[in-house]
Amino acid sequence: MEKLRKAEELAPLFKDSMRLLVGGFGISGTPLTLLDAVAQFDTGNYEVVSNNLGDDGKGLHKVFEAGKIDKAIGSFFTINKEAIMAWSMGQLKIDLIPQGTLAEAIRCGGAGIGGFYTPTAVGTRLAEGKEVREIDGVRYLFEKAIKGDIALIKAAKADKAGNLVYHTTARNFNPIMATAAEVVIVEVDEIVEIGELSPEEIVTPHIFVDYVIESKYIKQGGTYVEAK
Amino acid sequence: MLKPNSREIIAKRIAGELKDGDVVNLGVGIPTLVSKYLEDKKIYLQTENGLIGMGPPPNDHEQDIDLIDASKAPVTITPEASFFDSAFSFAMIRGKHVDVAVLGTLEVDRYGEIANWSVPNQPILGVGGAMDLVAGAKKVIVASTLFTKDGSSKLVESLTLDSSGERRVHQFVTEYANFIFQDGEIFIKDIYGDLTFEELESRIGLPLRRKITI
Repeated sequence: MEKLRKAEELAPLFKDSMRLLVGGFGISGTPLTLLDAVAQFDTGNYEVVSNNLGDDGKGLHKVFEAGKIDKAIGSFFTINKEAIMAWSMGQLKIDLIPQGTLAEAIRCGGAGIGGFYTPTAVGTRLAEGKEVREIDGVRYLFEKAIKGDIALIKAAKADKAGNLVYHTTARNFNPIMATAAEVVIVEVDEIVEIGELSPEEIVTPHIFVDYVIESKYIKQGGTYVEAK
Repeated sequence: MLKPNSREIIAKRIAGELKDGDVVNLGVGIPTLVSKYLEDKKIYLQTENGLIGMGPPPNDHEQDIDLIDASKAPVTITPEASFFDSAFSFAMIRGKHVDVAVLGTLEVDRYGEIANWSVPNQPILGVGGAMDLVAGAKKVIVASTLFTKDGSSKLVESLTLDSSGERRVHQFVTEYANFIFQDGEIFIKDIYGDLTFEELESRIGLPLRRKITI
C-alpha cells in the first residue's frame, strides 16, 4: 500500500513551529501511536489545534511533556493540569475557543471559506477584540477559519486507497481536520482491501489522506493500552 | 441550607418540563441526572461530541472508550441513534435543531443571562460547548441549587462571574422553585421547596412575579 508508513518514518514531514491539527475528544478518536512518535521527533515549538491536550497521560499530553508545544488552540484544557501550570508560568500560550466555533473554523478552513459569523460567545470575554455584526436583528461574532500544516487524525479503518470510516463518537474532529491541512496523516486500527468499504459508509474520501499508519493501541478495560 | 437530595429534586423537575419527542442536550452535573427521571417519555438525547440517540450508561464489561458523552463518560446508544462529526453536531445546536439544552449554572441574572463556565478564583481554560448551547438551543433551561454555600442567592441583579453569552435562558430550575424569565421579569412557575413566595423574594432580593399559567 502506497500510503502506508511506520510512524517513525514520518519525522522529515515535521518542521519547527508548524501548526498541527490533532483529532480527538479526550482519548476517543485520538491518534495515540502518531503522537507517541511526534513526542520523540527532534522538531518542536508547535502550535497545536485540538479540543484538549490529551487526557489520562496519553496523546498530546506526551507531546506537551516533551516540551514541544508553544501554543494550544482548543476549547477545554481544564483537565490538563500540567498545561494549566505551564500557562500560569508563561510557558504555554492558550487560545480558548468555544467548541462549536473551533469545529466550524476547521470546517471552513477545509472548505475554502475565510471566516464566518456565529452567535456563540457574543457578549462574553471570549469575544474581546473580535468584530460583532448584526444580521437580521441578531448579533454575531466574526471568526476566522483555521487551517494547519499537518493534520494528525484517527479513524477505525482505511482501505488501501486511504478511504476512511470511523467508529462511534471517535469521529469527532477527525473528518473536518482531514480537509484542513496541507498534509494529512491518519492512524487506523485496521487496513482493508479496496472495495471492502461500501462507498455509502466512507466518511473521508481517500483524496484527503496522504499517509496511513497502523495503531499500536487496543481497547482494554475502558481505556487504550499499547499492544504491539 | 443545602438539602441532601436537592440535585435529584431539580433533575426530576426538569424531566417534567421535557416533552415527548424533544431533542435534548444534557450538560454536566445536575443536568446529567435528568435522564434518570424521563420515565416512558420518548426523548432524543444529543451529545455534542457527535451522537444523537444516547442511551443509559453501559455495564462495566461493555464499556467502549470510543463511545462517550460530552463529559467523557461511557454511554450506550438507542436503536435509532446516529453519529456525526463535531462541525455537524454544532450546526445541529446553533441551527436550532436541538429543542432543549439543560445546563448547569453558577449565576443567573434577573433577565436570564447566565455565567456557567468560569470557576471563581481559577484560570479560565475550559469552555467546551457551553456557549454554543446557550446561543443555539431553541430553549435553554439552567439547573442549580438556589443558594451558594454561604447562603447568597445565585439569582442575582447582575452577574459577578463571566457571562456565557448575551442570549438569555428561558428557565431556572432550583430545589425551591422553577423560575421563568419573560418580558424582563422573573415569574415563579412552581414553588415546591419549604420557602414561601415572600421568603423567596426576600432571600433573593429581587422582585418576583406569581405566574398561574405559562
